[in-house]
Parts: sequence; C-alpha cells; structure tokens
Amino acid sequence: MAEATGTSILELKAVTKKFGPVEVIRGIDLDVRQGEFIVFVGPSGCGKSTLLRIIAGLEDASAGEVWIAGQEVSSTPPANRGIAMVFQTYALYPHLSVRDNMRLGLKQAGTPAAEIDRRVEVASTMLSLDPYLKRFPAELSGGQRQRVAIGRAVVREPTLFLFDEPLSNLDAGLRVNTRLEIAQLHRRLNATMIYVTHDQVEAMTLADRIVVLSAGRIEQVGAPMELYNNPANEFVAGFIGSPKMNFIEGARLGDKAKTLGIRPEHLTVDPNSGAFKGTVVHAEHLGGDTNLYVETEKAGLITARLFGEYQAAPGATVHLTPLPGRMLRFDETGKTIGTM
Amino acid sequence: MSKATSSPTRSIAAHGVLILYTVIALFPVIVILINSFKNRQAIFRSPLSLPGPESFSLIGYQTVLKQGDFLLYFENSLIVTVVSIVLVLLFGAMAAFALSEYRFRGNTLMGLYLALGIMIPIRLGTVAILQLMVASGLVNTLTSLILVYTAQGLPLAVFILSEFMKQVSDDLKNAGRIDGLSEYRIFFRLVLPLVRPSMATVAVFTMIPIWNDLWFPLILAPAESTKTVTLGAQMFIGQFVTNWNAVLAALSLAILPVLILYLIFSRQLIRGITAGAVK
Repeated sequence: MAEATGTSILELKAVTKKFGPVEVIRGIDLDVRQGEFIVFVGPSGCGKSTLLRIIAGLEDASAGEVWIAGQEVSSTPPANRGIAMVFQTYALYPHLSVRDNMRLGLKQAGTPAAEIDRRVEVASTMLSLDPYLKRFPAELSGGQRQRVAIGRAVVREPTLFLFDEPLSNLDAGLRVNTRLEIAQLHRRLNATMIYVTHDQVEAMTLADRIVVLSAGRIEQVGAPMELYNNPANEFVAGFIGSPKMNFIEGARLGDKAKTLGIRPEHLTVDPNSGAFKGTVVHAEHLGGDTNLYVETEKAGLITARLFGEYQAAPGATVHLTPLPGRMLRFDETGKTIGTM
Repeated sequence: MSKATSSPTRSIAAHGVLILYTVIALFPVIVILINSFKNRQAIFRSPLSLPGPESFSLIGYQTVLKQGDFLLYFENSLIVTVVSIVLVLLFGAMAAFALSEYRFRGNTLMGLYLALGIMIPIRLGTVAILQLMVASGLVNTLTSLILVYTAQGLPLAVFILSEFMKQVSDDLKNAGRIDGLSEYRIFFRLVLPLVRPSMATVAVFTMIPIWNDLWFPLILAPAESTKTVTLGAQMFIGQFVTNWNAVLAALSLAILPVLILYLIFSRQLIRGITAGAVK
C-alpha cells in the first residue's frame, strides 16, 4: 500500500450515518494527507455522496468524528470548515454574474475587496474564464459552467476541495477535457482533493488513492494499480477494470476456492489449443482493442480482451488460456485468498 | 417543409376552439360592461345591444360616485387584498421551505395539518371567528379581514409551494451554505426567485376569492369606513328595488383593480419561466 506522507488534512473516525432505521454509512475510518487526490468510488447508493456531505458539514454524522486540519469540526458550519465544493449540477447562483459567483463566498467571509479581486483574477486566468466574467450562468455552456464552479472553489483557497460527481452532467468529450483540467489543477495548486464518482475510469485516472465503497463500508483503500493488481475482495475485483473481471465457480475448474476471477485482458486467445475451449458468441471491434465473448465448455461465458484487431467471427472456435499468476481466488465471504 | 404542427387546418381548428372558449368566458363580463353604459330602459329592452346615441347613459357611474364613498371602498378592498396576498406568500413560502428543506420530527404530520384547511372551509368557523374578533376588539377593522384572509389562503399556498420548493436543486442551497449564506439569504435570494412562477400562481388563486368575498366583510367589517367594494355594491340591491345601473357600474369598476393585479402577476410568471436556473 502506498503510504501517504505529510500532515493530516482530513481524518474520519468511525463515522456512521443513519436515516431513521436505515444505516447508510457504517463506520468509516480514513486519513487523508496534504496534497493527496482521493477518489470515493462505488455503485449508486453506496453512501459516497452522503460521506462527502458529512465531510462538508451539509449532513450531520450520526456518530463518529470528522477532523479537518487538526480540528474536530462536528459543530462547525460548512462555511468555516476551510472547504470548497464543486457540485454535479454546477449550482451557480443564477442571479449573479460569473465574477460575482466567484466573489460571493469571500465577500461573506469578509475578505478585503482588493484580495478578492486578486484571487478572482488568478483563478479566471488559470481556468481561462476571462471572456465570460460579466456573463450570467444561463448564458454559458455546460463545460463553461463547470469551470466557473471550479473557479468558485479555487478562489476560496480551501484546505480541502470536495468534488461531487462534477463530470456526470457533461458530454463524453468535455468530460475528458475537464478531467484533464482537474488533474492539472491538482498538480498546480498542490491541493488536497476528495472526488466522488461512480465512474471507475475517472477514479483510475485521477486518484492518488481510491476508496472503494459498498453499502456504507470501505471495501478497500489503495493506489489505482494496487486495487487493479491486488484487489482485497471479489467486489473490488469486479468493480475496478473494464470490461469487468470474469468470475468462474471454483468447483467447475476443480479448485477449492469458492470463486475464481480472471480479467479479460489476462487471457490469451489461440485458435488451436488452450485451457478453455469455446465458441465466439459476439465480437466487439473497437479498433484499439477487441472484446470477444466466448461461451466455453468448462467455464461458461467468458470475456476476453485482445489488443489490436483480431478477426474472429461469431461461431468460430477459440481456446482461452489465463496468464500465469493472474487468476485470483476468493473464499466464501468474497475475500481474496491468493492467485494461481 | 412539412410539419404536422403547422398545418393550416390544425391551427384553424385550435384557434377556433380557443376563440370559442374566450367568447364564452368573456360573455358575462362584456354584458356587464356594455350595460353599465346604458340607461335603465335600454338595459331591460335589449340587454345584448351595444349602447347607442339614444341608450347611452352614464347615470350608473354618476350614482356610484355620488352615493357612498366608493373611492374609500376601493381603497379598503385593495389594502385587504394586497396585504393578505403579501402575508400569504411570505408565510406560505417560509412554511413550505421549512417543510421541504428540513428533516424534523413530525414533518409529514405538520404538512398534513397545514393542508387540512384546503378541505375544511373557513366559513364553518365564522361564529368562533366573530367571537374572537369581538373579544380582541378587531370588529370593523381591516386588520380582522386581513387576518382571516391570510389564514384562508395559507393552506393552499403551503401545499403548492412546498411541492415546488422540493424541486429546487439541493446543490444550489448547499453551495450557498458552503459560501456562508444564512438560511434566510438562501431562502430569499436563491430559492424564492426560482419558485416565482408558482408564487404568481398562488397569488392569483388567493387574490380572486378575497377580492370577491362578501361574507366576511358583511360579518366582520360592515362599518361605512371599512366597507369593501363587493359590500358597497350591495347597497344598490334592495329588497324591492334594485338600481341596476349602479350595480353594473360598480361591478365594472371592481373588475379594473383585480385585472391590473392579474397582469402584474402574469408578467412575473413569464419572467420566472425565462430566468436561467440551475441547468
């Protein structure tokens, strides 16, 4: 595990959250260090957004403590926690111009006007918002609005940036651009950021450390490659990586483990010989790589990912072989118990 | 270019239906207006004809302006209506915001309790209201009417507005909280402008029954100095003789202020729709 260094910016101690009888956060412990980019990832309903809201102070934790920059903040209002937040729906103030949207938070905090102007200027140059400063949110495109929202966060110079699925409302092209901008912003400001997403590609590309959440619990915390190579359990193994990992019942292959997992890219395909003989059901040609869906005799439906173009028509017979040491073994509880 | 929606037959049919509806809706109003400019015989001989050189008469308006203090009645009606609308909108929106925004024990129950007034007519409580007003010395004051009308308008206002408040983006309110805005500023500066169209709807629904009401002015404030227009017009309707010229003229005049208020709110309605919101 990549050990984080530097001072602790955020510490969660046994944080739980109940809505009535429903427990949505079940005891989260986490330590975030200065300059880290942390991504909370998980399927919808796993509690990642609620956790972010608890950190921001927009929700109260039912139990547990939240420490930001060495201060216990449970009774501190959101505005005084030294945080800034970027929302999925941008949440710009519709009645204020871009400039005033960025100024409002500092004005509320009583920052001197000259200092506000300086910070707005720096942020707007950084995010190339200069031509839009006098416009109103309704006159901007989605991508521009999200840049303004990011600018509004930057001018606060917070100790902690919070991003709540900021790219979900953007189209595919803009999403990649804005992702790049956020990554550059992180490097330039050397800021500590927490980013919530359900998209594992965003998580893999942005994060220093990924926190995988499921049903209100942390499944695993680690660097992207660590989660990819050494997932702690079946859930993480299935969630990280695209296309999804293949899961095969251990008994079918005569293994003592409950389940075996192999990533589609860790299979070799050969027309003549291999471990699993099967028939191609469907082939997806993406140019850069090819996904084959193969109905095998021994292991059921398996996805294989090949790099480059591979000609295989549905109905063709192929043989799949797992790369040595890449097959993961899971026990009854889903825990990883080794490789083969 | 062939677009189904712009075919001439369709648009003629649509306009035909709309024009027919407009005629039906406006007919009684037009009848009142044209007859208010005629003399008594003309009203009864041919109620549907326009005022001609022989039948034209301003006697109704003259009577109205001479008898009684109609300017004062108008002032009373306007004060009662406007103040009641302002109070209904303010308190209704605040209650709706609290109900839709904050989770607290008994939230749903409180919402149901506040909506109860939609189902139970306030007039059932007239006797108790009168006793209350007598006890507090508010009989024959405009305050008594304003209080009753505010209570009467609140249930529907809370009900409609809380539905709309639920639709205001949580992110926007949370952004305000992170920027350090107080809950009051979030309510007045961020939420209210976004629900303005529904406020206009509530204002129109609230205004018309108040302006037209005869019951409470008659019971709570029948004094000369606190008469409203509808009550004032009643004095021309006698048990044996009714001064139709005066009644029609008074009614025609009573349409004007409410029409102006309606125009103001409907403009708000359009402006509310066109303002850029979250997305």
